[in-house]
Amino acid sequence: MSADIHALSGAYALDAVDDQERADFERHLAECTSCQLEVDSLREAAAQLAATSATVPPETLREQVLAGARQIRPLPPRVPVLVPTRRRLTVLGAAAALVLGTVVWHPWQDSTPVAATAVSRIEHASDAVATEQSLARGGSVTWYRSASLGRAAVIAHDLPTLGAAKVYQLWLQDSAGRFIPAGFVGSGTNATVLAGSAVTAQGAGITVEPAGGSAQPTSAPLALVAFGSA
Amino acid sequence: MERDHLSVVPDGVAASSSGGPDLARAIRDCAKGDHDAFARLYDATSAKVYGLVLRVVRDPAQAEEVSQECFFEVWRTASRFEPDRGSPLAWVLTIAHRRAVDRVRAVEAAGRRDRTYERTVVAPAVDATSELAEARVEARRVRTALQTLTAMQREAIELAYLGGYTHAEVAMMLEVPLGTAKTRIRDGLIRLRDVMGVTAR
Repeated sequence: MSADIHALSGAYALDAVDDQERADFERHLAECTSCQLEVDSLREAAAQLAATSATVPPETLREQVLAGARQIRPLPPRVPVLVPTRRRLTVLGAAAALVLGTVVWHPWQDSTPVAATAVSRIEHASDAVATEQSLARGGSVTWYRSASLGRAAVIAHDLPTLGAAKVYQLWLQDSAGRFIPAGFVGSGTNATVLAGSAVTAQGAGITVEPAGGSAQPTSAPLALVAFGSA
Repeated sequence: MERDHLSVVPDGVAASSSGGPDLARAIRDCAKGDHDAFARLYDATSAKVYGLVLRVVRDPAQAEEVSQECFFEVWRTASRFEPDRGSPLAWVLTIAHRRAVDRVRAVEAAGRRDRTYERTVVAPAVDATSELAEARVEARRVRTALQTLTAMQREAIELAYLGGYTHAEVAMMLEVPLGTAKTRIRDGLIRLRDVMGVTAR
């Protein structure tokens, strides 16, 4: 994927792309949060231009629009997939088992403005699904995954401090079951976005690894979450 | 990694020009089937919607059709508006602009582009900017901000957004390489965004 694709964000925000370019760029947007953020902000800028061409329409348009809407059914909000509650204990050193925690359903958000930090955007996305899990060693994590943003994030609470030679490593589990390194999260309480696309990933996990991280998990996950289908 | 696209928004100004909490509430109520809320939303946005569409499609009859389609889509998809991604006004105008561009492209494809429209100066029957003091202030603020762009950035953005041309067409019209047209559009929009202090709320 050439760096050129990002340069299309302005043209895309202005609909100044042909059908093929639009399809290609929208595929890219599904995997690039920074482009999505940029397109949203450039659309805000473009919308300002409408002030210079504002023109009061004929009154007949108002009548037709209001009357026509009476024959149109508003779409319901998207209802996220609810996963049934089941618990299975993970034992350190045993083979990794899929653990389903309690799913917290996020209703459609209020219009309170939120800071557009990357974690916050994922957390507050209208299709965000949250899963809270307590860790056997102590502490807890809340996983957030938004199919529309194509990203996952994790908020960690009170993770036990590790020795200097150890680190908490994050993983995305792809559709073939392989674990892909997805960054790190610190001990204590903090949050981070998982690196990589969470669109096709079937889940995520966290393990303790040697400082610097590993290419593959070297111990059983402290927590594993399964994502619902996008 | 992720750049922060927030800028400081002067209180009150962006709220009125982007719709703010009242319009967001109106959209949320539309999602529940509230026709009074829809009327409020129409009244708050119709001049900008119709004016933008008219500027792009040129023909007043088609502008009415496309504006109507825009508002029907706004009504039907109100539940899909995401307040954390952008302002209510930008959401409505994004729908309007997309439909206006689709309309001119369809007209072109059907070979029905009437050459007289290209030569006609668009003279709107009723000009909101001359009637409403608030609309005048807003328009002046935008034009002032546009002056901070280079003339070439302004030209590229106006052809792309108000003219409804693809960036490839804009490049040919301005006789510049494709990459130059892309860059002028993007840089100009970034400048406009930062000068006007609009956020992707």
